[in-house]
Amino acid sequence: MKAKNDMNQSNGSQDELVLLQQETMRQKVFSWLFENKVMLLFLIICIGGVWVSGNSAGFVVENVAVRFGRNAFTVMSLLIPVLAGLGLNFSIVIGAIAAQVGLFFAVDWGFSGIIGMLIAFLIATPLASLFGFGVGRLFNKMKGSEMIAGLILGYFADGLYQLFFLYILGGVLPVRTTSLIIPGGIGIKNTIDLTGNMKYALDGVKLVDIVMIFFIIVAVVCAFRIITKIRNKDKSLLKDVIILLVAALVYGLSYVPQIESALMTNSLSLLNVLVIGTVGVIVYAVAKLIGNWRNADSKFKKARYVAIIIAAIVVYALTYIPELEKVLMTSKVPALPLALIAGLSLFNAAFLSTRIGQNMRTVGQSRVIANASGINVDRVRILAMIISTVLASWGQLIYLQNLGTFATYGAHLQVGQFAIAALLVGGASVSKATNKQAITGVLLFHTLFIVAPEAGKVLFNNAMIGEYFRVFVSYGVIALALAMHAWQRKKKPAVEMPA
Amino acid sequence: MKTKSIIDRIGWPRLIIGLFFFLLIIVSPIMGLNLTDVFSDVLRRWAMFGILVLAMVPGVQSGIGLNFGISLGIVAGLIGGTTAIEINYRRGGEYQPWADLGLALLIAIPIAIILGYVYGLLLNRVKGSEMTVSTYVGFSAIALSNIVWLVLPFGSGTLVWPIAGEGMRNTISLEQSFGGIMSNPSVTAQQPFPLNLLAFEVGGVVVPIGTILFVLFVCFLMWLFLRSKWGIAMSAAGENELFTRSNAINVDKMRILGTVISTVLGAVGIIIYAQVFGFLQLYNAPLMMSFACVAAILIGGASTRRAGISNVIIGTLLFQGILTTSLPVIKQLMPQGSTLSEVIRIIISNGIILYALSKTRGGTQVES
Repeated sequence: MKAKNDMNQSNGSQDELVLLQQETMRQKVFSWLFENKVMLLFLIICIGGVWVSGNSAGFVVENVAVRFGRNAFTVMSLLIPVLAGLGLNFSIVIGAIAAQVGLFFAVDWGFSGIIGMLIAFLIATPLASLFGFGVGRLFNKMKGSEMIAGLILGYFADGLYQLFFLYILGGVLPVRTTSLIIPGGIGIKNTIDLTGNMKYALDGVKLVDIVMIFFIIVAVVCAFRIITKIRNKDKSLLKDVIILLVAALVYGLSYVPQIESALMTNSLSLLNVLVIGTVGVIVYAVAKLIGNWRNADSKFKKARYVAIIIAAIVVYALTYIPELEKVLMTSKVPALPLALIAGLSLFNAAFLSTRIGQNMRTVGQSRVIANASGINVDRVRILAMIISTVLASWGQLIYLQNLGTFATYGAHLQVGQFAIAALLVGGASVSKATNKQAITGVLLFHTLFIVAPEAGKVLFNNAMIGEYFRVFVSYGVIALALAMHAWQRKKKPAVEMPA
Repeated sequence: MKTKSIIDRIGWPRLIIGLFFFLLIIVSPIMGLNLTDVFSDVLRRWAMFGILVLAMVPGVQSGIGLNFGISLGIVAGLIGGTTAIEINYRRGGEYQPWADLGLALLIAIPIAIILGYVYGLLLNRVKGSEMTVSTYVGFSAIALSNIVWLVLPFGSGTLVWPIAGEGMRNTISLEQSFGGIMSNPSVTAQQPFPLNLLAFEVGGVVVPIGTILFVLFVCFLMWLFLRSKWGIAMSAAGENELFTRSNAINVDKMRILGTVISTVLGAVGIIIYAQVFGFLQLYNAPLMMSFACVAAILIGGASTRRAGISNVIIGTLLFQGILTTSLPVIKQLMPQGSTLSEVIRIIISNGIILYALSKTRGGTQVES
């Protein structure tokens, strides 16, 4: 039936076809605008805010870069539950709590620097997995109301956390470092200063070390794969061996004196990030083009990749404008968090193509169909919650070590709120969220956060209005997204009925 | 078997909390605490929260679930209260508590009706996810009201910051207005004859009888309403939408009715709350207030689908009772534990909401 329709269409007159194509082009633009309306709205607000506030572009870019390194990881931890149909995971607060428990004990036992971070990581990860498992079990009992349950669960967990830090620690469980306890009382102080032990523990890691860690990870993975393949008498060893050799070569290159001295830094300027990014994009597009040239595919959109290459070159050329160059040179992003963010976005993308990722997507689309096709729905949902909670706990560790002060009773409270608002500002919805939306969202949301007080001062002669406006935005955008999602979900069956 | 059925009827959480409350009352005098103070506090807090908790009933009965969006009504009530004080100030600023209270209600209720109507229209479009949406609508309403408090062009000295001359204070004293006129014996004593009986002290226990009677009166009105033709239609809409529609009742209209009544009660409730408390609290103070109301009615035995007047009266008594009695007991037991009562409040209120949500499996929530 469908083939017949296609035949009819292709037999149509030439004029009609051209008209049709024009229509679709226009429709495409409109549908793109419509899909990205939230993001575009905030883009306009941000540009307006920057313009009104009179802050220098350098100031804004510098601060956004810092906040990006600090917050992006946590925002990205929200993506997998969305994929699995659990909606926006308000309970990442619980992951943050796990991280804070880990960090507290690391500080209490007197560890510092990267070792301390590792201890915190080793405590936080199993704890977050356990919490994630529990949350997943709970959410399976409340299918359909995960979001409200997650929100309330976050508050509930905060109560238990306060009980633990205010009364159990120092009261029941001994605390080694007495300076952490409230003077003349029990319980832990309001703020723990991380300067001198954990501040910049991750940000300070040098590029050379990152290259080494990267090499070790790749080597271990490749070695594991090669060994299993030899055991299974699989002959296709070549690919893994090549990857291993390339990794070894890259690692070896880092011993070349010139390269080594260049890698001895712990942060990348935005200029470097941009150059790496554009080169990466060009390499990717060229690889795609070559792949198509060798193995032609009729659906392949050549123009798209050519456009990508041209855009990348234009962006690169723009960095030669002196003013822009100066701004980009002075704004810096710490290397390890950036690498971790990049790693997480790769993980999120790669996860989709694994079997478990596909199962998760099926569960997200329809639990009934997933169940019918033999997927253990409950288990998949629990796994999604564990991954998200663990990632959120890592995100909180990155956040706290960059901030340098650990507000014992406040650091975790707004984590879910701000992360979700940022994700939604990027154009994500309750049922669909991508890496791209997370990154755009973090950039826009934090631009707004930086310029709002100044803009409020200029517009209304009152900086507090700007402050309250940005809080309103963070609540309002969530309310809007939730309402729009519920609205669409309700409308959908009516539209599909006649078909 | 029989004890089990009784426990099932009362419900585990209510039983545990009730026993805990009972225990606290027994323990208090043993620990040398003044029981009359405890009773005074419990009565006062019950009167404070009564109407705010009652505002949950029409929401639940009409099918929109636990109305976290009661913050809209609270904002309307606060606008009413502040505007009444400002009008009094512009007219010369004499001490006219009853005129202020009446004016506050008169201004707040129409605003609440409008807000409730618009909110009801929204909730009809998001059937199945009302609670999630309403929580964030409530948060947004409070956040937006923060800006309103800054820009309202008020001039009264009790309202605005003295030095800046603009922007309202965080806490506004009602001493020169309607604060305590139905609850504080030292305020009511200055009133003429019948009004001075609105609050009195019996053997050390302060009885805010005026406020208590007012709350009971509003509860009675709600009880009557739920038994009227409209009230039954509204409850039916909440119970079974398809059945109600087949009986030619406009479900969406009934849901809007429930939302409007809930919002109006929220506005009246916050004014009564402020009257007993003696202060209007602006900015982020009412942010989590809806959670306390939701928790109270759930402790009273309501579910996300069904709620009645008895749930309000018992729930408010148990929830506020535990909070007020536990504070002095904890202080006595461990002098450093000044915030433990607050921590207990967070755990109990959110725990009970979670419990109630886990019980409504496959209820209003639609499968996506």
